Amino acid sequence: MSTTVAPPLGALPGQADAPERRRPVAFFLLSPSVAVLLLWMAVPLALTLWFSFQRYNLLDPTVGGFAGLDNYEFLVTDPDFWAALANTLVLVGSVLAITVVGGTLLAVLFDREFPGRNIARLLAVAPFFVMPTVAALVWKNLMMHPSYGVLGSVARGLGLEPVDWFADYPMASVIVIVAWQWLPFALLILLTAIQSLDSEQKEAARMDGAGPVAQFFFITLPHLGRAISVVVMIETIFLLTVFAEIFVTTSGGPGNATTNLAFLIYARALLQFDVGGGSAGGVVAIVLANVVAFFLVRTIARRLEV
Amino acid sequence: MRETAAQRAVVTILGWGVALLLFFPILWMFLTSFKAEVAAVAVPPQVLFEPTLESYAEVQARAEYLRFALNSIVVSLGGTLLGLAFAVPAAYSMAFHPTERTRGTLLWMLSTKMLPPVGVLVPIYLLFRTLGALDTRTGLVVIYALMNLPILVWMLFTFFKEVPKEILEAGRMDGARTGGEFWHLLLPLTLPGIASTGLLSLILCWNEAFWSLNLTSSEAAPLTAFIASFSSPQGLFFAKLSAASTMAVAPILVFGWLSQRQLVRGLTFGAVK
Amino acid sequence: MVKRRRGALLAFGFALAAALLPSGGARAQTTVTIATVNNGDMVVMQRLSSRFEQQNPNIRLRWVVLEENVLRQRVTTDIATRAGQFDILTIGNYEVPIWAKQGWLAAFDNLPAGYDAEDILPTVRTGISHEGKLYALPFYAESAMTYYRTDLLQRAGISMPERPTYAQIREIAEKITDKNNQVYGLCLRGKPGWGENMGFVTPLVTAFGGQWFDSQWRTKIDTPEWRRAIAWYSDALRQFGPPGATSNGFNENLALYAGGRCGIWVDATVAAGLLFDPKQSQVADRVGFAPMPTGDFAGGPTWLWSWNLAIPATSKQQEAARAFATWATSKEYIQLVAQENGWVAVPPGTRRSTYDNPEYQKAAPFASFVLRAITEANPTASTREPRPYTGAQFVGIPEFQGIGTQVGQTIASTLTGTGVEQALRGAQSATERAMRQAGYPK
Repeated sequence: MSTTVAPPLGALPGQADAPERRRPVAFFLLSPSVAVLLLWMAVPLALTLWFSFQRYNLLDPTVGGFAGLDNYEFLVTDPDFWAALANTLVLVGSVLAITVVGGTLLAVLFDREFPGRNIARLLAVAPFFVMPTVAALVWKNLMMHPSYGVLGSVARGLGLEPVDWFADYPMASVIVIVAWQWLPFALLILLTAIQSLDSEQKEAARMDGAGPVAQFFFITLPHLGRAISVVVMIETIFLLTVFAEIFVTTSGGPGNATTNLAFLIYARALLQFDVGGGSAGGVVAIVLANVVAFFLVRTIARRLEV
Repeated sequence: MRETAAQRAVVTILGWGVALLLFFPILWMFLTSFKAEVAAVAVPPQVLFEPTLESYAEVQARAEYLRFALNSIVVSLGGTLLGLAFAVPAAYSMAFHPTERTRGTLLWMLSTKMLPPVGVLVPIYLLFRTLGALDTRTGLVVIYALMNLPILVWMLFTFFKEVPKEILEAGRMDGARTGGEFWHLLLPLTLPGIASTGLLSLILCWNEAFWSLNLTSSEAAPLTAFIASFSSPQGLFFAKLSAASTMAVAPILVFGWLSQRQLVRGLTFGAVK
Repeated sequence: MVKRRRGALLAFGFALAAALLPSGGARAQTTVTIATVNNGDMVVMQRLSSRFEQQNPNIRLRWVVLEENVLRQRVTTDIATRAGQFDILTIGNYEVPIWAKQGWLAAFDNLPAGYDAEDILPTVRTGISHEGKLYALPFYAESAMTYYRTDLLQRAGISMPERPTYAQIREIAEKITDKNNQVYGLCLRGKPGWGENMGFVTPLVTAFGGQWFDSQWRTKIDTPEWRRAIAWYSDALRQFGPPGATSNGFNENLALYAGGRCGIWVDATVAAGLLFDPKQSQVADRVGFAPMPTGDFAGGPTWLWSWNLAIPATSKQQEAARAFATWATSKEYIQLVAQENGWVAVPPGTRRSTYDNPEYQKAAPFASFVLRAITEANPTASTREPRPYTGAQFVGIPEFQGIGTQVGQTIASTLTGTGVEQALRGAQSATERAMRQAGYPK
């Protein structure tokens, strides 16, 4: 950890009143961001709240007026709503599991010396830089297309029927595409964390007779705790609002098999241009986000000493 | 650690196998972009083929790539810098002058990032229309800065948190004021963190495909709009799509490769102990 | 060290300033922003538009070319909020009457005599008029027809009836399917969307005697007619269709058919120009065609779609926009495409003069057939029971974009194992909900 400075002993002159004197400065520094954020969050939020109680359809200016809770009722009585909630959680959970477990294993692998390791590492992290739209288009057309895709050709080469991915395993296909983009991210972070592990520690464990498996579970894994928290935190934020991958590949289907909350709001609000209903969806999404945030605090943020 | 030759061979094969597997879709996209349209849909797929640049020529004839790319660069860079300009002071004060509300504020910021943008498109669109910000780079820069602000603040906060308090205390004894403290003590210590936060923000801005499609039309349209004009057109389009995708992805991929060590160093600054 | 940091900061500042400064160059000319779809004919229009700019040096054109779904959402948001980002919109005959009624579009009156608006096929003209005025100019138009591979039918020793029925189509598809060689007897739209699979399913249901709403706006989806239609669709497509049918829209099927993978394909007439073009199709010499199949209810509304250029009422460049819209839909433009790409590639379906042209008739063996299909198309005809809406492959109400897409998803799920009855019950209740939310009956 810290290397240079010795901890201060006892009270230093001037230290006691320092916070008092500094508070206006802190306030001054913090306020622009918070003000801007407040504006950014509050203005659309207020508009969204307001619209969610209105009958407001862009395509039909004749309809208007106070709607009460109708827009909310419309949303939560939608049979697809609960499916969308479940799909959102399945998508987030699966991708998190794949990227954290896979990322840890890959990090251990890339921690070992082998010829061309640096180049192999560059290739492995590349998917993280690809824009989601392109990732989805490439997977849909070049990889998973049952007639022209590479996977179909591989299947035929093995004497099997090509799999019609987006029809037969729609959610799994979306998970594969999203996980492909985020696995490199987990790998990047976890690898650096592993490399920071003291080789002395490992050496000591080895001297104690610990095998590679025991080393992994008792030394490496506990050491990765904080890094894994970072991965989970950042990924969760992005995975809750996955949209482009679904829009490009399955449009939420077949049926509602891959409709997550973001896509449901799109389908109900933007396709219909029902601003009232869409705003109600937005409010529900914010509530959900706060629930998730609450759990994140309890489990992960604590480890990050927030 | 000593390894037997067999172990080493297994690790080499595994490592390269995984790397090639993960990279394969990108490689295949790259190869397909040099195929003729008919060759691109040949079954079984052709690995050896006569390379042609006709797809690139066709793509360029239909859309001025450089204009889109320039918009992407300006908007990503602008959004990142503006975002940092707000995020650094906020994270600084949260990390060094925390109050009881700091933790709540941070989490609230993060939770707003989880709101699907589709839910607020219409209010934002109306706002942008009123402000005359539609199809301007300025508008997109502001949106990007705000969009990434929560993540930037949170990441910077974790970096700042890691700075040993003792260093600052020592500085204070020397009589440094807050401003000076920041420039002379904190910045050099946290520059890797700020740099990697900025890098991550650049990547996120470059790849953002919802606001950029909805708030621009022609003047400020970045590469995500360029891609949207080549997905799913009539007839055979796999080679053209691959060429357009390669053009859209290449700059950020090369940039990411060059800067990945920096990116990681910062990202794990707070995570590694 | 400090100096270098200052330098870096300065550079950051400049970059920021550059980013924030308004973009754009000289504004001496009039600039017209055109939003269009990335379909083949529009791509040609974009390429040839430099001729227009040469003829009109004071007008500069800016293009926004997007995929259909993205474009539609983008353009609708813009016009409904009256933001005025575009001067010319590429929209269908579904949108034109609805938007004209809202007062969002500028009418095309006093068209120049040389434009010869009377030359536009009457059915197409009616589809884009509101209260007797034209609110858009047609770029190309289409009805629907059946395409089949003459060689496959010949090999199987069968022939296509003059006026095929859906039952006959199924029988033929069964005989020509050869999955081992990746030849699939029947290709149909399966990709969910109101303009994708529902574009085919809606006329199919009509042919089986069904409809979306009765004259009281009551939803009529969970009915025997729909059940029989969807059972036919789902069963035939699952048995004889290509893999991945739920991802196949018009474009994907076009690629499959042009690549020799489809035996029969029922879709828009505009595909004929591409399938008969040896440059774009591997089966150009083996395409046969027949009318859209029929079911037990003959008559009824028939498929008519047109892509049109319209000008928003909010556009500040009305004159320049009109100049371009008339140029791109004129006889001269069609001549220009013929010179550049050959007659078979001209935008079809809009003008009688195209079909009267002997060179077009020679290049396009399907010309008179398509002309008849379009001139006889009647999207306002009644379904078996009376209906309160118009449109053959869509329902002419603003809510249909959302409803059609949602029902389209449910229909697509019957291709992947959901039972037809269950799917239609779901579609029925979803549609009832959406219609109630929208305030029907009005």
